[in-house]
Amino acid sequence: MRPDRDGRDVFAADRRSLLTAGAAGLLAVTLPARAHAQARGRIVIVGGGFGGAACARLLRRLAPDLSVTLVEAEDRIVTCPFSNGVIAGMDDIGAITHGLDALARLGVVIVRGTVTDIDPGTRRVRLSDGVDLPYDRLVLSPGIAFKWNAIPGYDAAAAETVPHAWKAGPQTLLLRRQLEAMADGGTVVITAPPNPYRCPPGPYERASLIAHYLKTNKPRSKLIVIDAKDQFSKQGLFREAWAALYPGLLEWVPFGQAGQLVRVDPRTRTVVTDFMEVRADVLNVIPPQRAGSIVDGPGLTAGGDWCRVDARSFESVVVPGIHVLGDAAIAGAMPKSAFAAASQAKVCAHAIVALQSGGEPAPPAMLNTCYSLVAPDYGITVADVFRRGADGAIIAVPGAGGVSPSGASAAVRGREADYARGWYASIVAETYG
Amino acid sequence: MRPNRRSTMVAVFACAGLLAFAGPADATDIPAPLLAASCDTCHGPQGRSPGAIPAIAGLDAPALRASLSGFKQDRIPATVMNRIAKGFTDAEIAALADYLGRGEP
Repeated sequence: MRPDRDGRDVFAADRRSLLTAGAAGLLAVTLPARAHAQARGRIVIVGGGFGGAACARLLRRLAPDLSVTLVEAEDRIVTCPFSNGVIAGMDDIGAITHGLDALARLGVVIVRGTVTDIDPGTRRVRLSDGVDLPYDRLVLSPGIAFKWNAIPGYDAAAAETVPHAWKAGPQTLLLRRQLEAMADGGTVVITAPPNPYRCPPGPYERASLIAHYLKTNKPRSKLIVIDAKDQFSKQGLFREAWAALYPGLLEWVPFGQAGQLVRVDPRTRTVVTDFMEVRADVLNVIPPQRAGSIVDGPGLTAGGDWCRVDARSFESVVVPGIHVLGDAAIAGAMPKSAFAAASQAKVCAHAIVALQSGGEPAPPAMLNTCYSLVAPDYGITVADVFRRGADGAIIAVPGAGGVSPSGASAAVRGREADYARGWYASIVAETYG
Repeated sequence: MRPNRRSTMVAVFACAGLLAFAGPADATDIPAPLLAASCDTCHGPQGRSPGAIPAIAGLDAPALRASLSGFKQDRIPATVMNRIAKGFTDAEIAALADYLGRGEP
């Protein structure tokens, strides 16, 4: 099974004439690659997550003459990958918290701040403290925003007591504390969102690791996942593992059985759907999502929820000079994952260097591997290789990729669990180390 | 990576005719640094893995090519690499192995 797809196309930018593109393509091939070292200009990147940070780093390495400024609202980045382990008490939050000092040492100018305005006409970004940052190219890696009230009763205020924990940090710890405070025999409810959303297998990894926590510490408890979908990423593997590890403890209710989520009452922690009503002791609502709101100023979603980009550069097809990476972008067959964001960031950085030295972006090559832990010693994966298809959309290469085998031995599941932690160590080292 | 990019391009282009109908559009002229860009995400910075995933730093081009081809043809067992290697043409595997075998990031 493939990871959940956006089911949308990425359209190629059509701004350059064929003649120009052809000539530039020839140049890119025949010019010595040293030309890249001459790439000049001011690159401003907004968002220090895996997409933005990876892009900043690679730009510095590829083109020392580029000025690279990274704007990030937080002092430290708390990653969504492995935040489910923190919720389930397996790890401390310090294990998923990382600084930006290494990027600063590489020559990335770190600006702590919040963007209030983007002017694509004068190519300036304004911060909340009044600082103006001029740019030649702007890279936005803002992640997701929540569609508050898309589920009646669930808004930002409700999230103070009924966590989403879908942006890591205080929300992660809030959900963990509520699980720790719950009595044995309690009911935990997770509502899983409709596609597309950040981290397709994430809700099911979370359910698994919370089930592991309950089985170990509060074995008379119950966990119910109420899903807005009938299918989900790595479904066969998750269900195989749940049947083996958490029978009678973890119940998944598909859309076809629960119906539409009608409302959430944060005071009583009650979930009401078309066909059921459940009162939870701990309630985790993962709301419907869209691109981080910073993309709205310059109109990058063109009225939709996500940003359409050129697959060769991740430059917006709506506003020239602005690139959009990671969860906020429509990337065809690629899931919204940390790995995908980092992979896109590298394509974007190579493209920016080419463009800023008078060349054209090369055809892209991208990867994704999503590791999920079903228990501390039980890992499963989905992997894919991505290219730009003939119509300009990002496609998964046919005949490649896919999920871990079903019915695999405990040794294989254990190795994938070790590799899951190894993957996290590697992506953190390459991004923040 | 820069000084040797041209030779990689030559290697890739030498096989371009063969590949024209073998893979998705654009697949024949991807520069090696882009092909290799996502290896580090699992195998660590410059292939030096800090965790449980095997490092690839220090492997030479023939060893890398043998491994990648072996994964692609399911001759070498793996967890994810057999799924990933199948997404690369033989020419891309050769270009990747040459590039990574030079020890460049």
